[in-house]
Amino acid sequence: MSALRSLLLRREAGILVMIMLFCLAVGLYKPQFLTGNNLRVILLLTPLIMIAAMGQMLVLVARHVDLSMGSILGLSAMVTGMMFRDMPQIPWMLGFAVAIGTGALLGLINGALVTLFRLPAIIVTLGTLNLYRGLTFIISNARQVDRQYIPTELKAMSQTSPIFGVPSIIFIAFGVAILAYYFTMHTRVGRQVFALGSNPVAAPLRGIKANQVTLLVFTISGALAGLAGILYASRWGFVNPSNTGAGFEFQVIAAVVIGGVSINGGVGSVPGVVLGVLLLGCVSAALPLLGIPGAAQNAIYGTVILIALLIDRTVRQQGVLGLRRLPA
Amino acid sequence: MSAAETSPPANVAGRESAPPRPLWHLVLVRPETLTLVLLILGVIVASRLSPYFLDIGYILRSFALSAEIALVALVLTMVIIAGEIDLSPAANMALSACIFAWAQASGVPIPLAVLLGLLAGLAMGGVNAFFVIVMQLPSIIVTIGTLILYRGLAQILAGDRSIRIAEGFIGVDRILVLGVPLPVVVFVLAAIVLALVLGGTIFGRQIYQIGTNEVAARHAGIRSRRIKLILFLMIGVVAAIAGIMTASRLGSVRYDLALGKELEMVLMAMLGGTYIFGGRGTIPGTFLAAWLLVVVSTGMTVANLLPAIQMTVLGILLIVSIIATNFIYSRTQR
Repeated sequence: MSALRSLLLRREAGILVMIMLFCLAVGLYKPQFLTGNNLRVILLLTPLIMIAAMGQMLVLVARHVDLSMGSILGLSAMVTGMMFRDMPQIPWMLGFAVAIGTGALLGLINGALVTLFRLPAIIVTLGTLNLYRGLTFIISNARQVDRQYIPTELKAMSQTSPIFGVPSIIFIAFGVAILAYYFTMHTRVGRQVFALGSNPVAAPLRGIKANQVTLLVFTISGALAGLAGILYASRWGFVNPSNTGAGFEFQVIAAVVIGGVSINGGVGSVPGVVLGVLLLGCVSAALPLLGIPGAAQNAIYGTVILIALLIDRTVRQQGVLGLRRLPA
Repeated sequence: MSAAETSPPANVAGRESAPPRPLWHLVLVRPETLTLVLLILGVIVASRLSPYFLDIGYILRSFALSAEIALVALVLTMVIIAGEIDLSPAANMALSACIFAWAQASGVPIPLAVLLGLLAGLAMGGVNAFFVIVMQLPSIIVTIGTLILYRGLAQILAGDRSIRIAEGFIGVDRILVLGVPLPVVVFVLAAIVLALVLGGTIFGRQIYQIGTNEVAARHAGIRSRRIKLILFLMIGVVAAIAGIMTASRLGSVRYDLALGKELEMVLMAMLGGTYIFGGRGTIPGTFLAAWLLVVVSTGMTVANLLPAIQMTVLGILLIVSIIATNFIYSRTQR
């Protein structure tokens, strides 16, 4: 077993232990936390974050960051919701194509600005965060798309499915995760993303087309945010220009960083991110049970990000950085 | 650039042997010049939209609404020049304002409450500094974390309520010094002091050196960690000052005070020609950019544009300004 594998296994094992300890502690205090019904609550909290986290992971691995995800989610959801409202006769499945397409386009714009002008992604996406949110208001005339316009079939996806009655969006989220796993571990381009993030100077020398990979990564990130957008409409049954997706990017970054994706690029794994998302879901589900006000959620997210950063640093300091570049 | 590049004589030794550029060249090819031109254009366009723009009092009163943000942007400029970034000051403003408001609402005398707010700001700067300097984590991601944390703590402290400020402390923007609202005076004075510090002291030059090449700066004996610590503590305190001034201006404090204003702070620095990768930028640039931004946003308000459209325009401006400064710097660098 190579050093890289054992390291990643250790990281993921660490998160798994954290999840189990957390659930056990909450469960001892409030036994209803460990019931099947609560598992359903936890799983329903996570699909949007999990889908978007796969995109954010790729962007972070490539040594960039996407702060505009929440706004892309909002704008794609709004475009889709308005289509449902103004063209009720079109098939509802088409909404997925529209949402994903819109998201991909917006992500492509981010990527183009980053690659063409060699700008830092943090500033570009801070700009487009506001730009896309503003556009959402403009195209919607600041009006919400109400519940009655969202197709019933779409809303049903968040409530049930033919398979054990587990809501379909949970399957979609895990499906995306499996695709992301395949992409990162078993495709040439997926490995190139890691190569680029590990060493942006060396990667082009080995024939990796850095600009194309960067563009691709941002486009995927946007497309997944778009998918999360239509699932938002499914989950909550409305699209609001100011609420939908606001602050979403921070939850996603929190989940990804907890999942062991290094902010210095080149390191990250899908199982780790999935566990990070689940840990975040457990924390969110535990708050109301423990009587902690919802207002505390942001403070907890912030703390969790900082702790995850410290853990990340400790792992790097123990000489793991040197092992990172060994072949898997 | 052509004058510098086409001159043939012994240029091998490096930059110090390059012939001096003509003065007009130095003045023209600077991002600040662009900012100034845009500012003049902005005033002309805005005064077409509304005659109020020819009234200096109106512009000053409008500026008082953004003076706190602009004040923080001045220090942020120095942080960015030193090669770091701080995205948390807007959240810092909210938390220190909440702490101040909560203290004075629960009976602490006002001066003590102000002191508490300032100390909170200092502590928040210290937390950022701890993670960036001691733990050596990238400031971008650390300050995203603390941005959420500080805003979340403000949310816990204030909940959904708004905390009222005592009558006597309301209205800092209505105090006029020689006809100029006090926040604007504070901003202008701070700009002068900081411009002198950054441009005219050893400390200031060392900030540029750290931003240009931190390793080289350390080898040259510059205590880069200490300087960065000072900068993070400074932006923490200044954000607290800005937060308390905002509290006084609004008369009540909610946890969403200055929500999303980090965009405007970064935008002011970028528009003023601060180089995002560090090592370049000036206080006068940010100073001009702050006025430009106020003229633009007030102009949009006068032209009856929705806040959402203004948000869009600010986002576009940020991207365009950073493309422009990068372009100018890439042309003047070699």
